[in-house]
Amino acid sequence: MAYSDKVVDHYTNPRNIGTLDKSKNTVGTGLVGAPECGDVMRLQIEVNDETGVIQDAKFKTFGCGSAIASSSLATEWLKGKTIDQALEIDNMDIVEELALPPVKIHCSVLAEDAIRMAINDYRAKQGLEPLISEKVHH
Amino acid sequence: MKLPVYLDNNATTQVDPRVFEVMIPYFLHDFGNAASKSHPFGWKAEEAVDYAREQIATLIGANEKEIIFTSGATESNNLAIKGVYEMYAAKGNHFITVTTEHKAVLDACKHLEKLGAEITYLPVGSDGLLKVEQVAEAIKPNTVLVSVMYGNNELGVIQPIREIGKLCKEKGVLFHTDATQTVGKIPVDVLADNIDLMSFTAHKMYGPKGIGALYVRRKNPRVKVTAQMDGGGHERGMRSGTLNVPGIVGLGKACELARLEMDAEAIRLSALRDKLEKALLNLEESYVNGSAEHRLPHTANISFKYVEGEGLMMGIKDIAVSSGSACTSASLEPSYVLKSLGLDDELAHSSLRFGLGRFTTEEEVDYTINCVTEAVNKLRDMSPLWEMFKEGIDLKSIEWTEH
Repeated sequence: MAYSDKVVDHYTNPRNIGTLDKSKNTVGTGLVGAPECGDVMRLQIEVNDETGVIQDAKFKTFGCGSAIASSSLATEWLKGKTIDQALEIDNMDIVEELALPPVKIHCSVLAEDAIRMAINDYRAKQGLEPLISEKVHH
Repeated sequence: MKLPVYLDNNATTQVDPRVFEVMIPYFLHDFGNAASKSHPFGWKAEEAVDYAREQIATLIGANEKEIIFTSGATESNNLAIKGVYEMYAAKGNHFITVTTEHKAVLDACKHLEKLGAEITYLPVGSDGLLKVEQVAEAIKPNTVLVSVMYGNNELGVIQPIREIGKLCKEKGVLFHTDATQTVGKIPVDVLADNIDLMSFTAHKMYGPKGIGALYVRRKNPRVKVTAQMDGGGHERGMRSGTLNVPGIVGLGKACELARLEMDAEAIRLSALRDKLEKALLNLEESYVNGSAEHRLPHTANISFKYVEGEGLMMGIKDIAVSSGSACTSASLEPSYVLKSLGLDDELAHSSLRFGLGRFTTEEEVDYTINCVTEAVNKLRDMSPLWEMFKEGIDLKSIEWTEH
């Protein structure tokens, strides 16, 4: 199976690999997937206290090229967005942008799950209720 | 050095130019049907087939009459298993095989289960090896056939075929071995090994695709299989269909070359394989899957923990290998062979199989060592699991979100 140019680009030059300090209450962490399934994504956001804008986003991913590209793209999109805007990121946007084949759609789903989990982690630290995802993927 | 580098010789091999050359005339002027007895076209084809039969039989220590041509090892396995089931139905319905067999054996057995056969699937140890005692314990009065692969396609491990053959002979049970990866790679002797039926194929030993053979013992005991296709009654009635003369000529030549060159080739390939393996095991948390001792000379299966196999293959895009990772299979399940060793799914996901071959050079192996090392290090830098491992976090203590 050939990879799209965009997947190859993100895989070869991944954006925003790294780790944010998860003890900070402005940092939200989402860890999704499982080693035995062959995909684990960790996505972190750091939210600016005053503006409510995501000022930094980092990821680390164990998985195939499409999983790495999906999370790399997600961090790129998250930066500069407010939480509300970030919640609008839909897995199908990732599928479209990276031209993922059907067998790799679960990689985009995982990235969306990671975004929501990171946001919920951040909200919990701010003393807010977790958001209930209206989408059911599983 | 030409890129990409081909290290997937367990999947298929390049046709040796010397094999290709002897096949050519049988596509062009010597195109006759080997079953045409009334004219020189047929005679010439028949002569070529007879000569190839001898070349093949010599390699495995058989008589030329014991070689039944098929389309490949999948057909040979099906013919052996289903053919024995039908032919020996009066004797019993119990078959013994192993969980790490190729799907052509396992699925043929599953098919027989639906027809009323009783199949015992023996497990292997963490080294991928079966013990002859396991077979001894599994044999029952109604056991008809034991089918054990000679050298495993994914791991390269070599089962104790000679001991199993001896046991089966003593017990009066037929013994089939899928020797697809083994014939032409290491010496195989059907008499010394007490093999009754043996599957093999040309394209794993530098011959063409689409031609294989089933060895069927003719004496002591005389073995027969029921044909699985009806037709002209070729191949002593066991496999109908016009013979693939160019393919058979190619298989014959491939066997002859293997007989003459296999010993030197095995020494060269195991040295290259050991060099590759030693260098890659220098990486932290990398492991050889399967017995390193009882193994084909050209195969290495290595897991790089905390790195996913398909992601890794993308990082070494100029090297053709295969992976036990789920992502590389249609089923999204990691390799059942690796799981049979008791390997954690995550280690199965992290495995690469390197299959060296006749045309592999040392330069290619050195290139592979560098590429794989670089890619593993790069992917570990972006692996959350590697980070957790380095922080001393037990991955089993984490509640993962299965998906």
